[in-house]
Amino acid sequence: MSNSDTSSSPAPAYDVKVVKQFAIMTVVWGIVGMLVGVIIAAELVWPDINMHLPWFHFGRLRPLHTNAVIFAFGGCALFASTYWVVQRTCQTPLVSSRLAAFTFWGWQAIIVAAAISLPLGYTTSKEYAELEWPIDIAIAIVWIAYAIVFFGTIMKRKSRHIYVANWFFGAFIITVAMLHIVNSLAVPVSMMKSYSVYSGAIDAMVQWWYGHNAVGFFLTAGFLGMMYYFVPKQADRPVYSYRLSIVHFWALISIYIWAGPHHLHYSALPDWTQSLGMVMSLILLAPSWGGMINGIMTLSGAWEKLRTDPTLRFLVVSLSFYGMSTFEGPMMAIKTVNSLSHDTDWTIGHVHSGALGWVAMISIGTMYHLIPVLYNRKQMFSVALVNLHFWMATIGTVLYIASMWVNGIAQGLMWRAFNADGTLTYSFVEALKASYPGYYIRLLGGFIFFSGMLVMAYNTWRTIESDKVREAAIQPQTA
Amino acid sequence: MDQGTLQGIGTILTMVAFFGVCWWAFSSHKKNDFEEAAQLPFADDASPENKEKRRD
Repeated sequence: MSNSDTSSSPAPAYDVKVVKQFAIMTVVWGIVGMLVGVIIAAELVWPDINMHLPWFHFGRLRPLHTNAVIFAFGGCALFASTYWVVQRTCQTPLVSSRLAAFTFWGWQAIIVAAAISLPLGYTTSKEYAELEWPIDIAIAIVWIAYAIVFFGTIMKRKSRHIYVANWFFGAFIITVAMLHIVNSLAVPVSMMKSYSVYSGAIDAMVQWWYGHNAVGFFLTAGFLGMMYYFVPKQADRPVYSYRLSIVHFWALISIYIWAGPHHLHYSALPDWTQSLGMVMSLILLAPSWGGMINGIMTLSGAWEKLRTDPTLRFLVVSLSFYGMSTFEGPMMAIKTVNSLSHDTDWTIGHVHSGALGWVAMISIGTMYHLIPVLYNRKQMFSVALVNLHFWMATIGTVLYIASMWVNGIAQGLMWRAFNADGTLTYSFVEALKASYPGYYIRLLGGFIFFSGMLVMAYNTWRTIESDKVREAAIQPQTA
Repeated sequence: MDQGTLQGIGTILTMVAFFGVCWWAFSSHKKNDFEEAAQLPFADDASPENKEKRRD
């Protein structure tokens, strides 16, 4: 790998190999994670397709789906973009190619360990932190190596400023390390079994402090870092307001950390903590929308580019979904609204408007920008297929979230309906029966979104394939 | 000091910090720095040598 010291040269030889590896695995894990999602959506429609085998049970595959899409697909997209952006905006290669390669292979090994241990039933039962203690230790080690590579590269930067995208990436890396280590503290009792060091309501609060900030820092701050580099890059103009981006950064990171208690409304958590979580979630609307406006307004004066550039459309529509779900989230955190939405499919719809609409679409847009650059192609093999993927992703997301809104509100209203004598109007099964049409449509929407990833894989493969000869000829310095 | 007073002080300190960040970000003496920083995503495209090396 090329990591020669080029301090005097204006054009350092960037580390491209590790970025390529993570970019390819983003597409691969996207397909795997979303396929598992489609399977469990089908299990909710036809429960018997798990073949009555424990490994295919919804309860075991669901954490596999969430871990695969968040940490494998989203994680690889974040590794690829941080390693790329930090080099380009600091104008220096990564501080250590070896350590970067270690994070790649380490992260892939962790994903494989998750894909094996979760279907076998090994789980801590903490949502988004299900992996057992040996894997948790491996995650901590890889993550610290990641932090060393990232901050080490920042420290030896040639540019005077640290670009705002790197602020978001840095906050994401530090905070995820803190969240993961604190929430995963446990007492091991055997190789694959441990008990959390926390108990009762404190355990729940630590878990949702972790859980919501996994959303806030992994799925938001990290991807906002992506937005602050790739939207200006693809639109070919600097960010709308650099000043707003600074206020956005400090406001977002100082408020997000308090919002976790809204996951525990009407629970054993003290009332004041629930109210604090609600108020902080409401305040969070302001920095979220500040960031969204900053991203979208970067296109001001160049809106016509949206008509011809489907990659830019991915990036901008992801910001629209980001704005939508960061409006919906604070609303759902209001206790009276939450009494209707809690435990219903509305929550699943909200998560996917963020996960499909924001996280997946900005990652896909980023990859469509990055893959041709990494492989020295002018653009993707087929722009028409990028456009097709854009529409599949958009339609899939809309079908998914609309069906879950209808289901969620129907469930919430049916569960709380009382007769005059105080008995429940509907049994649980009646609410479940009413949810069936939504489950079909959700499966359809998810399937369309998943199929779009297959289109992406084909397009990526053709882009790389057709370039093999050219790359070797003109770019001898990359491995 | 009771909890209410503590919360009040916390709110005021957070407000001061927020206005401090806004003042810092929007004060005119930072203007040139920020304009320079905003150009960083394009810095690697500027020189012909870079294009030579990366051809993107």
